[in-house]
Amino acid sequence: MAIREIVAEFNIVAQARKYGIPWWQHPQFLFFVLGSVIAFSSILSYALGRQYIDDPHVIALLIIVFTGISLAVAFLITKSFERLAQAARIKSEFVSIVSHQLRSPLSNLVWGLEFLMSGRAGKIEGAQLEYFQILKENSSRMQELVNDLLVVSRIDEGNLPWEQKEFSFEGLLNTILKEYEPYMKASNIQFQMQGQQNLPKIMGDSSQLHHVISNLLENAVRYSWKEHANSVPAKERESRIQIRYQKKGKNLFCEIIDNGVGIPKEDQRYIFSKFFRSSNVLRHETQGSGLGLYIAKSIIERGKGSIGFRSKEHVGSTFWFILPFQHSNNLT
Amino acid sequence: MKTILLIEDESALQKTIGEALSQEGFSIVSALDGEAGLRLAQDKRPDVILLDLILPKANGFEVLKSLKEHEGTKNIPVVVLTNLEGMEDIQKALDLGAVAYLVKSNYTLQEVVEKVKQVS
Repeated sequence: MAIREIVAEFNIVAQARKYGIPWWQHPQFLFFVLGSVIAFSSILSYALGRQYIDDPHVIALLIIVFTGISLAVAFLITKSFERLAQAARIKSEFVSIVSHQLRSPLSNLVWGLEFLMSGRAGKIEGAQLEYFQILKENSSRMQELVNDLLVVSRIDEGNLPWEQKEFSFEGLLNTILKEYEPYMKASNIQFQMQGQQNLPKIMGDSSQLHHVISNLLENAVRYSWKEHANSVPAKERESRIQIRYQKKGKNLFCEIIDNGVGIPKEDQRYIFSKFFRSSNVLRHETQGSGLGLYIAKSIIERGKGSIGFRSKEHVGSTFWFILPFQHSNNLT
Repeated sequence: MKTILLIEDESALQKTIGEALSQEGFSIVSALDGEAGLRLAQDKRPDVILLDLILPKANGFEVLKSLKEHEGTKNIPVVVLTNLEGMEDIQKALDLGAVAYLVKSNYTLQEVVEKVKQVS
């Protein structure tokens, strides 16, 4: 058992995955690099010492002192790396445990409310219903937030669930649109779709891609309002969302275009980072966790694709992603 | 009247689901831990079992395995109702013979009731 543990300590790739860091940042690997540098410089100082110092005892002593100092420094550096990596892992575990623990009471809350609101535990009057509605919306928001936090902690741990299967992009898109049609109608949005027919099948995780597209679409709807709407001509006041997709080489190219508030220039570089919410959005909307786009980017990158956007404040945003039809993991 | 066995350690959730199901005309028996759940399954021979996975005494996987090993209970459809959503957990439960796997936070109460109606 002890031997197996020692061997496991030296399995850098596995350890790096456990800590959620790249292998070249792993303490053991760094220690090995530093060790090699130390050995090399010891030999070098011996060679130089022989040339300039006559007494071999002095040379030996110098080398011992030099090596000792280098080793101590190396040890300190790698130790602090190890501590940092461990802290990151503990944080991620903490998020995961807390989110799991939060889920059970939340289910109780959400289902209990659903039961009450259905009137099966007694009739609910007008004003009460309004407050129940507030409770329901907020508990659903909390549930979404907890779910997002769990996904983020899985991403950070390198444990994003991924079921590699062939699926049709058009099929997936139609499923999502069915879910979103009522929401878009209620938000008075003119929706348009323009896509290439008979696309090849995609190899990847359809439920994760579902998550990405839903998120982009939801953002497009949520941020479709206009600032200073009254001063804008009626035609431009109309909110429009368009989805376009086509085959480009070996990849699928899809973009979701809106004419909503857009993202201020100074905020654009942070848009895919965790917990970031744009300043113009914060003025109007309290909802949103700032995790959606971070998750979307992680998922697309897990599928060996890329994601990006272009946006202009008050004009609108276009979010696009590219995904290979055949995941390269599958070909190797 | 069809009988549903609810094996769930959260009494609040047990009450909500139990109430919703009994209003749909089901008769409900419930257990707060795995061992009690197994005993009730043997005694009452319910039409459907709703099973949580994180349970005291015997966990949901053990309960499911044991249910499928016994002649009297192996044909009772088991719907797993849990907050675990790892791929391995889902696969394990389906391999052990669960007919459905519902992650609590992804379903409304009504959807759970519909599922039970569908498999009963």
